[in-house]
Amino acid sequence: MTITQNDTAGVTFGRRQCVIRIGNVSARASWRAIIVVAALLVGAFAIAVVAVGLGKYTVAPADVLGVLTGSNTSFDRVVVLEWRMPRMLMALLIGSTLGISGAIFQALTRNALGSPDIIGVTSGAYTGALIVIAGIGGGYYAVAAGALIGGLVTAVLVYALSYRNGLAGFRLIVVGIAVSAVVNSVNQWIIIKIDFHTAVTASVWQQGTLSGQSWSQALPMTVCLVVMAAFLVAMGPQLPVLQMGDDAAGALGVRPDRARLAYLVVGVGLVALACAAAGPISFVALAAPQIARRLTASPGVGLVPSAVMGAVLLLVSDVIAQQVFSGSELPVGAVTVSLGGAYLIYLLISQARQR
Amino acid sequence: MTSAESGHPVTGQRDSRLSADHLVIGYEDTAVIADLSVDVLDGRITAIVGPNACGKSTLLRGFARLLKPSGGQVILDGHDIGSLHTKEVARRLGLLPQTSIAPEGITVADLVSRGRFPHQKVLRQWSRSDDEAVAEAMRCTGVCELSGRLVDELSGGQRQRVWVAMVLAQQTPLVLLDEPTTYLDIAHQVELLDLFAMLNREQDRTVVAVLHDLNHACRYADQIIAMKSGSIVAQGDPKSVITEELVEAVYGLKCQIIDDPQTGTPLVVPRASPHVRART
Repeated sequence: MTITQNDTAGVTFGRRQCVIRIGNVSARASWRAIIVVAALLVGAFAIAVVAVGLGKYTVAPADVLGVLTGSNTSFDRVVVLEWRMPRMLMALLIGSTLGISGAIFQALTRNALGSPDIIGVTSGAYTGALIVIAGIGGGYYAVAAGALIGGLVTAVLVYALSYRNGLAGFRLIVVGIAVSAVVNSVNQWIIIKIDFHTAVTASVWQQGTLSGQSWSQALPMTVCLVVMAAFLVAMGPQLPVLQMGDDAAGALGVRPDRARLAYLVVGVGLVALACAAAGPISFVALAAPQIARRLTASPGVGLVPSAVMGAVLLLVSDVIAQQVFSGSELPVGAVTVSLGGAYLIYLLISQARQR
Repeated sequence: MTSAESGHPVTGQRDSRLSADHLVIGYEDTAVIADLSVDVLDGRITAIVGPNACGKSTLLRGFARLLKPSGGQVILDGHDIGSLHTKEVARRLGLLPQTSIAPEGITVADLVSRGRFPHQKVLRQWSRSDDEAVAEAMRCTGVCELSGRLVDELSGGQRQRVWVAMVLAQQTPLVLLDEPTTYLDIAHQVELLDLFAMLNREQDRTVVAVLHDLNHACRYADQIIAMKSGSIVAQGDPKSVITEELVEAVYGLKCQIIDDPQTGTPLVVPRASPHVRART
């Protein structure tokens, strides 16, 4: 096994690279990206340890660590492991799901604004979920399936309406915003039409909320996320090649249309997964890939840094949502919208300046 | 000739590695090229010339299997190119596209290393041969000193050399170039064409280039394919193809052909119109 610290044989990448070679297996990444990802993981763990102890029954961070290592067997154990941990874990899982989906869509549209929550996919997934809830009453898998179908239909609609001799990122975004507006009003219409109790639940859920998460939801979420991540790994790094334009990608051995479709399906699948678990949480998918890209100083959006950044963003947002008003908690979506709204304004201004 | 690992063998041996056989190809419903057959000379430089919209880029894109033929086939190493695995094609045939996008914030070495994609596997992302190919490609194109710079910050000529390095890192015996000199000033045009000539002579790569400038085509190409309205009007060595009659027939331009004082190849001098005053 060799780990090269310095620049690789004769090639200066401008940023220090880490090359790992064990037999025929090899990988390369910039040290900066590795350090950023590691720091975010450590940060997420630290925040989780502190935050899991907050609430009406407080547990000190040291006692939380005691619970995790098994040395603390007091009532703290029930509070941490049974009451609060599932929610914490779901925030991390859903956050990374959103981060990956955002990175996929932004890479496909080659635009920082091309995230699923802007181009209507998230709203479409919510429509699908709403129809399932209003029609057959719910259930995690039925809602997830509804969200997947709703998201796919919206994505295909946006794709078809904006396709003209190839895919132009900016046209797709404008069309996506329009479709998103239409889909959102359909969602409102459904909420008005359904019975009062379902409507109340649905409208809280419309913000995106993590309250009431338990281990029974964390397990299927983890399995689905692992399956989709494995699929992405198996596809190989086609996404960076696709970002070089269809002709260059085609010449390098990627079939652009086929690869795009596969990524689109996985991207929508991830959105649907998050939506079924916690409702249409906005802005994590938009912001996480871009923040991660700037921190890692890497070309294009990366899936791994985006996933980790998304996890941190949603975790922090959820902690704020739970703690900011004592007594009543906010839906986490309200926090991400507020944080993300400011970011979106910045993004729109900086893109408008470039034009 | 190397044997292919997959794909349907084509009956009837061909002399060249890359050829078009009764090719019908175009966009959506309109066939830009109808029934075209041509062999690309192995180990030589071939220039495809012709007026705008004559189908020369379409032919090149067909060779690079970026367009799917609606009839006939492109044959690579004795196999229908459409039946070969796409990464396998990319290990034999590289293309410098007319338009390409450098992702924001990418460095030169990063972009060049993306040319290694067809050689990489899920678990083999950066082998020693990847390192060597990228270093060699950057050395050939003279972009080593730029390797850590951002592609966005480079001049047009430098950027084009970086993209050529990306194609070279692919280490394909066949290299296709779609109008490589467009938007470059004359010094950078010559510099780039000299680079292609070097690649052909020293590394024995087969080069196929769509070129606008007939004088460049004559000077650098061994074989010229002249096209008009989707078919080949003439093909062969520059002296036999580029004649006053052909230039008038293909471009509708009256001209005089003289010998290039440097190389002896044809030099196209357009006839002066009455509006142009002769200065003595």
